[in-house]
Amino acid sequence: MLYRENGQFKTTYRADQQIFPILQDRVVVLLFVAFAIVAVPMLASDYLLRAILIPFVIISLAALGVNILVGYCGQISLGSGAFMAVGAYGAYNVIARIPGMPLIPALLLGGFFAMLFGMFFGLPSLRVKGLYLAVATLAAQFFADWMFLRIKWFTLDNSSDSAAVSNLQVFGYALESDASKYLFCLAFLIVIALAAKNLVRGAIGREWMAIRDMDVAAAVIGIRPMYAKLSAFAVSSFIIGVAGALWGFFYLGAWEPAAFSVDQSFRLLFMVIIGGLGSIMGSFFGAAFIVVLPIALSQALPAIAGLFGVQISTSALSHAELMVFGALIVWFLIVEPHGLARLWSIGKEKLRRWPFPH
Amino acid sequence: MAFFLETLLGGLMAGMLYSLVALGFVLIFKASGVFNFAQGAMVLFAALAMARFSEWIPQWTGIENKVLGDVAAFVIAALIMFAVAWLIERLVLRHLVNQEGATLLMATIGITYFMEGLGQSLFGSSIYKIDIGMPKDPIFVLESTFQGGVLINKEDLYAALIAATLVALLSLFFQKTATGRALRAVADDHQAAQSIGIALSRIWVIVWCVAGVVALVAGMIWGSKLGVQFSLSTVALRALPVVILGGLTSVPGAIIGGLIIGVGEKLSEVYLGPYVGGGIEIWFAYVLALGFLLIRPQGLFGEKIIDRV
Amino acid sequence: MSRKVGDVILDVQNISLAFGGVKALTDISFNVREHEVRAIIGPNGAGKSSMLNCINGVYQPQHGSITFRGKTFKHMNSRQVAEMGVARTFQNLALFKGMSVLDNLMTGRNLKMRSNLLMQAIRNPFGIGPAEREEIEQRAVVERIIDFLEIQAYRKTPVGRLPYGLQKRVDLGRALAMEPQVLLLDEPMAGMNVEEKQDMSRFILDINDEYGTTIVLIEHDMSVVMDISDRVVVLDYGKKIGDGTPDEVRRNENVIAAYLGVAH
Repeated sequence: MLYRENGQFKTTYRADQQIFPILQDRVVVLLFVAFAIVAVPMLASDYLLRAILIPFVIISLAALGVNILVGYCGQISLGSGAFMAVGAYGAYNVIARIPGMPLIPALLLGGFFAMLFGMFFGLPSLRVKGLYLAVATLAAQFFADWMFLRIKWFTLDNSSDSAAVSNLQVFGYALESDASKYLFCLAFLIVIALAAKNLVRGAIGREWMAIRDMDVAAAVIGIRPMYAKLSAFAVSSFIIGVAGALWGFFYLGAWEPAAFSVDQSFRLLFMVIIGGLGSIMGSFFGAAFIVVLPIALSQALPAIAGLFGVQISTSALSHAELMVFGALIVWFLIVEPHGLARLWSIGKEKLRRWPFPH
Repeated sequence: MAFFLETLLGGLMAGMLYSLVALGFVLIFKASGVFNFAQGAMVLFAALAMARFSEWIPQWTGIENKVLGDVAAFVIAALIMFAVAWLIERLVLRHLVNQEGATLLMATIGITYFMEGLGQSLFGSSIYKIDIGMPKDPIFVLESTFQGGVLINKEDLYAALIAATLVALLSLFFQKTATGRALRAVADDHQAAQSIGIALSRIWVIVWCVAGVVALVAGMIWGSKLGVQFSLSTVALRALPVVILGGLTSVPGAIIGGLIIGVGEKLSEVYLGPYVGGGIEIWFAYVLALGFLLIRPQGLFGEKIIDRV
Repeated sequence: MSRKVGDVILDVQNISLAFGGVKALTDISFNVREHEVRAIIGPNGAGKSSMLNCINGVYQPQHGSITFRGKTFKHMNSRQVAEMGVARTFQNLALFKGMSVLDNLMTGRNLKMRSNLLMQAIRNPFGIGPAEREEIEQRAVVERIIDFLEIQAYRKTPVGRLPYGLQKRVDLGRALAMEPQVLLLDEPMAGMNVEEKQDMSRFILDINDEYGTTIVLIEHDMSVVMDISDRVVVLDYGKKIGDGTPDEVRRNENVIAAYLGVAH
């Protein structure tokens, strides 16, 4: 009743090829974005911004990047943490070593370094695929771990072995408050997400999906597997690198290589799987899920235990988190391997028919 | 020269341990096409079980004899691993039968997290000792050829012996028993095996049980060397290059791959490490495996992957 | 056959292909003339698909060469072949299951699309950059093919959900989207019923008529082959045993023996 496409006829290809062809979708998304930009900074508490919203915005950007590589192009990567690290350390070095370097170019340069790194470690994809490729990407992960830990140059040879940023400003405006940091990161997310959506619905996106679905047939059509795979690595690691720089600058403030370890790589992969492979929307769902889950658990589990009069220690809580996490992954894979995005479109299908059963 | 030999031997010993873990991967992959990322967590889980039970048995039953207590702990841990194998097959594998490899891999990563949480909840998260009576003192060999001799850890030697025995037992099992034959049939061709009446789910439980026992032995040896703690599960990540190098479907590949990686790690750390700041073991192993991958994508002994159009 | 058959456009010379000890093709030579419909027939396992795969660059033959429009190649590279204007369909349908019909056909236009990554990223409806305009132009071309193949109702459906006969049409459509000069069809009518075969034959003949596309087709249904082909090559156990018009081949003793067996 509400979600009918009746009467929405498209008379041009342009209209048919819009990002959100259904009017209701467009309205809802625009409202949501407006809400995110205007209402949230006013309404959200500092805690909410700092603990949930800012990390959500940044990590969904990273998940987007991972989805392009894993979901659209079908190249399994377990090295996303390393790409984030290269972005973060790259941007950090640019800002710290070049006096007067403005913030936005520094962040983009971080992404650029991550892109080069990603393309280099993506070269094995031209020879191997599947599990073997996943292992090759782990080489990138461990190499980056070592590189940022042992090569002092990256942390400006300072004694603490960590990188730290402060006094971030853009166009002379100091990004001090949580709200301003949130809006800055959100701006990056919106612009990059739009560009990413354009890429995946265009020619290169179809090339990526062709490689994912059947790379021999793709070659026969004239698609160059090398170009498609390396471009997927390039775009993906650029986005992940920018996200890494944002993560270090705006969420962590100060960090060590452990912040971008293989655990982070797995976290990103789970976001993309739970959210939905090959879906931009899915990246957001997955990121929201993974960001909110630990917090929800840390509130819910003690409450439930309290009902039974049992106290839960913090270590027991972290163990329980691991168990719930693992069980949820398995559950999702059994029930809906295409992730939350698929559940979302099934929901929309049902909404089309509502209130009729079929 | 003596130092080089020592490093080499040390590498071989370490490699033997990697081979044990890699063996678990290969067994499950061969029989079911599943890459069991949780093998590392299984090693940890099994080692934790054995460590704690070897403490608890004397406490609960008052049995003073250490050997009896340890053997009982081993048996109980093995039984626990059987239960784990059965549960994994029933709750997870059965429902994911026709899914792609990537999905199954992710599921095993989920199982990894679950087992890490469960293991620590049940057995605790401190460092525990496994003391199976392995002598810790070093011995010196080839004293006539090299001055002072070449140092070998007795413990490593015993570990290598245990590992070798396990591999020999497994080979006997696969070649000489009917169940072993069924396992080989399933590893070769699922459908053909089913068509002659082999029950896949039963086979998978058996394979995961065997992998569980392998994990237990590996955990026992590692734990005796390093103590049993959470980081033991990262052993899986250390063993991955071995599996890639040797080929996912090859038992000899796991062994030889383990030795190569073990030696490669040690040599690179000792000889290259000082020039680049040290700590290069982990990524060197991966880069080594990567290099092999590029020349031989299926690993040293793996089956060639053919794409049919 | 209304279109006049032209000069030799594709010449296969002494191609031999072996996989280890298995000889898939032994010393095969034949040619294809422009605008004609050339059939390759033979019992199962004769090497017909392997022959197409060699022309296409999917397999590299150990001996022999292929001449296309005067240029001779010992080894074909898939992309090169596609750029030269050779397209094909597959016996087992190599469709991109995760994409819709429309997207599958659009991938066939890939060689004609010029916008680079950056232009695609900033694609917008305001006229900045060429990406949007190019997508619309290519969409128009693909829609003509969709009309031709009568699959309008299915354009947004993921191909994995379509019935087999329709999937075969999408496979054909994707090959057509490449605007090929030579179209290699690998058993386009396999698994179809009589009506579907008639439809497919009509499509093939229309393509040959309207666009002048040279067709090389592997097919088992003899009535179809005899009806629509100009010339036929017969393979058996990797060797050529017949070459000529459908009538000549039908009367060839070796061909009859290969299909029906020889009386002892």
